[in-house]
Amino acid sequence: MIAIIDYKAGNLRSVERALRGLGVECRVTQDRAEILDADRVVFPGVGAAGRAMADLRQLGLDRVLRQVLKDGRPFLGICLGAQIILDRSQEDQAECLGFMAGAARAFSASLSSRRDERLKIPHMGWNSLEIVREHPVLKGVAPEDEFYFVHTYYPEPASDTHIVTTTDYGIRFPSVIGRENLIAMQFHPEKSGRPGLTILKNFCEWDGGHAQ
Amino acid sequence: MLSKRIIPCLDVRDGKTTKGIRFKENVDIGDPVDMGRYYYEEGADEIVFYDITASSEGRDIMIDVVSRVAETIFIPFSVGGGIRSLEDMRRVLLAGAEKVSVNSAAVKDPEIISRGAEAFGSQCIVLGMDVKRVMPSAAIPSGYEMVINGGRTDTGLDALAWARRAEALGAGEICLNSIDADGTQNGYELTLTALVSEHVGIPVIASGGAGSIDHIYEVLTKGKADAALVASVVHYNTFTVREIKESLHARGVKVRMTW
Repeated sequence: MIAIIDYKAGNLRSVERALRGLGVECRVTQDRAEILDADRVVFPGVGAAGRAMADLRQLGLDRVLRQVLKDGRPFLGICLGAQIILDRSQEDQAECLGFMAGAARAFSASLSSRRDERLKIPHMGWNSLEIVREHPVLKGVAPEDEFYFVHTYYPEPASDTHIVTTTDYGIRFPSVIGRENLIAMQFHPEKSGRPGLTILKNFCEWDGGHAQ
Repeated sequence: MLSKRIIPCLDVRDGKTTKGIRFKENVDIGDPVDMGRYYYEEGADEIVFYDITASSEGRDIMIDVVSRVAETIFIPFSVGGGIRSLEDMRRVLLAGAEKVSVNSAAVKDPEIISRGAEAFGSQCIVLGMDVKRVMPSAAIPSGYEMVINGGRTDTGLDALAWARRAEALGAGEICLNSIDADGTQNGYELTLTALVSEHVGIPVIASGGAGSIDHIYEVLTKGKADAALVASVVHYNTFTVREIKESLHARGVKVRMTW
């Protein structure tokens, strides 16, 4: 069973529907025992970092998630869930979970493309990934595949070795990050058509190890 | 870099899709869930479902359509038409839509934009604008006026000023429909689209007037739109979403080519 962590942060049903569509058993839950009992965990989220952290702490889920990670179970962060696993976020100056060293940073308001067009913030729409290092959850993803992003902040791990893919939006920002049994993506695989569903399926089959 | 988006728009009344020609003579052309699935498989980057139902029973049917669509397609989709309150927004978003679009209700009560953005995030709130060309005046310096109620009511609001105000209130995107071009198939209103797109920092979806792939190419380049809404041309199979994207790709416009 996959636990989809429910901490009031945005549209959790879309992740649930995508996993169900793949025939995977999953449950949206904030029940600690149920989460600790799950084979793997999906940590989604849309919203602001400060509020999300306050809700997580109030529900006692920060400690539960730390335990899940420590136990070696596969852990997937999505969107806000890929930002607040870091030490802190520029958004609300929030102290975050610290599952990976680093911080979530805001895109600069004055970003421009190589053709010198002003880039709009949030970064919203379809964009591609440049794979920096192979990872089991990216199996079958082609360089031309695109994914659906909508965000103003992006994750920046302290160590480059935790960057799995980057994406170009005026700057090259980390779009998939990971270490050990933790993998996290800034885009929405549940809203990215077939390539996104491929990633979700890969995650469901991943044992949390890194072997190629 | 971001791809330009191609967004089919389905008008839905009492659970069935229609296409309005200048907001008149709607013709039933199918089931919204099936059509949504079809466009998803054809490579649509997003889909808009526009509820033109007047009755409250029709609204409940629409919520049911939204939840069935959400189980069927795995790309973002938005719902507009008849969104008048936070509660309307909440129902549509909970049913599985990614975004809601407000139009007339926002003109009457602009705060609905800020309240919606605060409750659900700016990325959920699309401002729908119906705009017509007028003589520039002191009140309407851009020469484009906002109209509401399906184009029947003038508002006296300058479209460009309204777009900028909505952005400041927290709208995450603008869907910009030209009443003059809508239903003509003579091309999008390029001047209007470029004007708004250059003066706001949020994405602009161009709407109204697509009759050929050239028109789509023009609005995404000269018109500086981030996305193009298409309706009749794809509903009546003049060409498919796939053909649009292949042609744009061949002409150097970045579009998503795998799905």
